[in-house]
Amino acid sequence: MKQRDFEQRYRASWERLEKWLKTGADGDTTLDLPVAYRSVCQQLAVAKERQYTNQLIERLNQLVMAAHHRLYRQQTLRRNTWLRYLLSGFPQAVRAQIRTVWLAAALFVLPALVLGIGSYHNDALVYAVLDPIQVRQMEAMYDPGNRVLGRERGSDSDLMMFGFYIKNNIGIAFRTFAGGLLLGLGSIFFLVYNGIFLGAICGHITRIGFVSTFYPFVIGHGAFELTAIVLAGAAGLMLGQALVDPGRHRRLVALRLAGTEAMKIMYGTFLMLVIAAFIEAFWSSSTEIAISVKLAVGALLWLLVFAYFTLAGREGTQRGA
Amino acid sequence: MLDTTYSVETPEGVDLRAQAAGPVPRILAYGVDIFYRSLILIALAIALAFAENAGLGIWLLCSFLLEWFYPVYFEVMHGGQTPGKKAFGLVVVNDNLTPISWSASLLRNLLRFADFLPFAYAAGVVSMTLGRHFQRLGDLAAGTLVVYRRESKAPQTLPDVTPLPPPRGLQLQDQQALISLIERSGELSEARQRELAELLEPLTGKKERAALDYLRAVGTWLLGGQTGGK
Repeated sequence: MKQRDFEQRYRASWERLEKWLKTGADGDTTLDLPVAYRSVCQQLAVAKERQYTNQLIERLNQLVMAAHHRLYRQQTLRRNTWLRYLLSGFPQAVRAQIRTVWLAAALFVLPALVLGIGSYHNDALVYAVLDPIQVRQMEAMYDPGNRVLGRERGSDSDLMMFGFYIKNNIGIAFRTFAGGLLLGLGSIFFLVYNGIFLGAICGHITRIGFVSTFYPFVIGHGAFELTAIVLAGAAGLMLGQALVDPGRHRRLVALRLAGTEAMKIMYGTFLMLVIAAFIEAFWSSSTEIAISVKLAVGALLWLLVFAYFTLAGREGTQRGA
Repeated sequence: MLDTTYSVETPEGVDLRAQAAGPVPRILAYGVDIFYRSLILIALAIALAFAENAGLGIWLLCSFLLEWFYPVYFEVMHGGQTPGKKAFGLVVVNDNLTPISWSASLLRNLLRFADFLPFAYAAGVVSMTLGRHFQRLGDLAAGTLVVYRRESKAPQTLPDVTPLPPPRGLQLQDQQALISLIERSGELSEARQRELAELLEPLTGKKERAALDYLRAVGTWLLGGQTGGK
């Protein structure tokens, strides 16, 4: 069959499919997409086999691709997928990677402890991490003589700080995760760096005796924020591990598999950081709440976070197994 | 075939083809996106200026969302095209050439920071130029690919000539060369086409205008034009 005859025979059906793809299902409800797709696939194969012109093959290829996109569109999230993820999927994903999570926690907590104890006993050590202006700002922030906590603020600036915490803290967590792609080194760097920073500040503030303002401030959102940073680091380390030690897969395949698993952790981490920013902006900084209440609620939140990761979703696994 | 061609075999046994997009159009598209994002941020800053601190909070929130989720929103909701990509005819797809999914889009955009390191997307550009399909690090991890979306061209009008049967024993390759000559008759200048046609003078014995007309006539015949018909 000559090309011109071939085109004439099928032109009507191609144009119909093209129109259907452009307007969506509303225009023409009688078109059976799978059937139309298969037949245009067949015509493309025939056109290639018969060495018809590039122009025709290109047109058919585009048509096939557009129909393929429509037919194989990946399922979007259903509503209760999210609920199931929160109730069991997230803690399960974390428990599945518990060794990496502990490693990330150690990379964060150990430098914090060393610098914390160090700068508690040595008043010069904090200046190795922060410059004197930053130290003075820190001291001013947590001075019990202040009437406001955290940064100086009026009531209207809670929202401002919320925006700041979201942008800054979640940005740090995302970078900690992304850094894992550099053989894990980026995640390690951010974990250790943030650990050092946190440890130095804790040690210094404790040494100069601003305990009654600092700890009630950090304990509440710390439950979510510090664990979230560790989890983001762990997710990054998973990517790094896939590249360093891909096991039985090719590196690229291992990376892709690790990426899917890591994303399961990152969704939840993102949510935890939003909660943390919320608590930090609207609760931790409040001066009207008694210190004892803040400490109690903070302790409760820590307990809650740990209970969530150890207990949630256990039954689900057993039922599933 | 050019080596930027990326092809995937579908379950129906047909190869889908796409052209992977290189670093230059992608960087330009990114520049356009940066421009739009800055424009939005400036507009927001002006609009929220009256709200002072609360306004600054909302602005920071928006700049966070724009920084991390602007590409995700457009890639998933607008068929794989951010405004910048649209301007350059690029589209992000999964590596089986299906429309990009939520999780893949999130992953490739969260990992953008790794591509940015150590400065100005150096890692991303290196990864793009080393890989076969111009994937940056985020693309490699998420299993995605940036390809050209080609707009379907209006079918070209073929030169209107009376078809002539080709000489006997014309090889398949030669037939295709003739066909692509008349297919491109709209793109090439008349003079260039004549020049090409005259290369065959030893075979056709024709010159100038006549040579080109003869080749066009044979090409039209090969495409299925009937002698004496239309």
